[in-house]
Amino acid sequence: MKSRLISRRGALVAGLASAGGFLLTRNLGELPPTYGHLLRMGDNLTYAAHRVLLPGQSLVKEFTHADISSFPAIGTTNPASMDRSGSEDFARLQHGQFADWQLSVEGLVASPGTFRLADLKTLPARTQITRHTCEEGWSAIAEWTGVPLALVLQAAGIKPEARFVSFRSFDDWADSIDLLDAFHPQTILAYGMNGRELPVPHGGPVRLRVERQLGYKSMKFIRHIIVSSEFDDGGRNGNIQNGWSWYAGI
Amino acid sequence: MGHARWVRICHGTAAVAIVALGVTGYVILMAHPRLYWGDTGNALTPALIELPISRNHQHGGWQDHEPILDGNPSVVSANRTYDIFNQNSWGRSLHFLSAWGVVAVGLAYLAAGFVSGHFRRSLWPRAAELTAGDLWAEVVRHLRLQIRRATGGPQYGLLQKTAYSLVVFVALPLAVLTGLAMSPRVAAAVPMLQSTFGGFQSARTIHFFAFVALGLFLLVHVAMVCLSGFGRQMRGMTIGERR
Repeated sequence: MKSRLISRRGALVAGLASAGGFLLTRNLGELPPTYGHLLRMGDNLTYAAHRVLLPGQSLVKEFTHADISSFPAIGTTNPASMDRSGSEDFARLQHGQFADWQLSVEGLVASPGTFRLADLKTLPARTQITRHTCEEGWSAIAEWTGVPLALVLQAAGIKPEARFVSFRSFDDWADSIDLLDAFHPQTILAYGMNGRELPVPHGGPVRLRVERQLGYKSMKFIRHIIVSSEFDDGGRNGNIQNGWSWYAGI
Repeated sequence: MGHARWVRICHGTAAVAIVALGVTGYVILMAHPRLYWGDTGNALTPALIELPISRNHQHGGWQDHEPILDGNPSVVSANRTYDIFNQNSWGRSLHFLSAWGVVAVGLAYLAAGFVSGHFRRSLWPRAAELTAGDLWAEVVRHLRLQIRRATGGPQYGLLQKTAYSLVVFVALPLAVLTGLAMSPRVAAAVPMLQSTFGGFQSARTIHFFAFVALGLFLLVHVAMVCLSGFGRQMRGMTIGERR
C-alpha cells in the first residue's frame, strides 16, 4: 500500500483538535490534581469528557413508589460504635434523638454558621425516588427527602469565587464536589428515606445525595460543609489518597 | 500482501487494552459476583446468576434486617458486618483508562476500515460465500484441524471473517455501549441508552456476557494463531511482512 492513512496534515488537524479540547476543559474549571499518577490522569480525562460532552444539568431518572427496593447498609453503619474523632459526639447526639445536631457551613460564604435539623426542615424540601448505584456493582432504589444543597449554599451566601464544596462526616471522611454538582437540582441534603426519618445505618440524621455519581460520593453522617476556591483532596481521609477516583460519574 | 501498518498499530493497542479490561473487569466483579436483570439488585434481593468467584474468606452475614417501607414488609435494610474483597479503587480507574484506549483506537479503526475499503475487501464475508454448504465445509475443516497455513496478511477464511466481523461490529460495540449505559452521568444525559438495555443491572449483565464472548474468541484466536504458523502470524501482525 502506497497511500498513508495517517498523513502529516491529518496528524496536525488531530493535534490541534485535541489541544482545542484541552483548552475548552481549562475553561470549564479546575481539574483535580493527578500527582503524576497515570490512573488519576485517566479519571480526569473522564471527568473533563463528561463536562465537555454532556449537558450540565440533565436530571437522573426518577422512579415510582412501586420501584422502591431493599437497601443494604454498608461501610459505616453507626459512627458511635467506631473509634473515630466524631464518634463520641455522634453517640451523645444520637442519645438526644439528634435534637442538638448541627451542620456547619464554612469557608467562602458571607454568613458562616450552623443549621439544626429543624432549620433544614424549614427550607423548601425536595422528594425524589432515585437509584443508588454502588461501585461494588449492586444498586437499590429509595425515596429521599431533603433540602437542595443549592438552597443551603444560597442561604449561607456563597461567594462568587467559590469553586468546590467539601464535606466532612462524623466517621471522619472528607470529600468534595464541584459547583455543577453542588447546584444540581437533585443534589440534596437528605433527612428522610422512604417517608421516614433517615435511619442511622443509611447515614442519618443527614446524608448527601449526589445522584449523578456513584454511591460513595453521597456521603453519610454529614457534619461540616466547607466552600472553597481551591481543590481539597481531603488528605488521608479523602478518596484520592486512598486510591479512589475523586470523580465517580462513571 | 501483509497487514497494513495502521491495522497492526490498532491491533496491538486494542490487544493490550482489552486484556487490561478483562483482568480489571474480573477484579471488579469479585467485589459483587452476582448478576441481575432490571434496574436494581443487591445482596438483599435474589440474583439472576451467582458466579462462583471471590468467596475467598468467611463472610460474616447481615445484621438487623428491618422493613424500611410502610406497607411492604419484603423491602428491607440490613447492615453488612464484614469487609468484602474490594480492589475497585485501582481496578475501576485502570478499567476506564483501558476503555478510553479501546474507544479511541476503535473509532480510528472503524473510520480507517470503512474509508480504506479494508472492511469491504478483507473482513466482511461476501454474500456469495455465505452459503450453508460452504459454511458447513469450513466448520468441518476446522473441527478436523485442517488449518490453512498463515499468509501473514488479511487473506481470511470464511469462518475467520465471520468471527472478526462479529467481534468488531457486534461484541466490542455492545461491550462499550453497555459500559457507557452503566455510568450514572451518561445515563442522566442519555436515558435511552440505559433503558434500551432494560436498566442498570441488565446493562451490567449484558456487559459481562459481551466480555465472555470476547474472552472465548480470544482463546480460539490465540489457538488458531499457534496452529496456523505462530512465527509468521506474530511477525505479520507486529513488525509486518517483508515486502
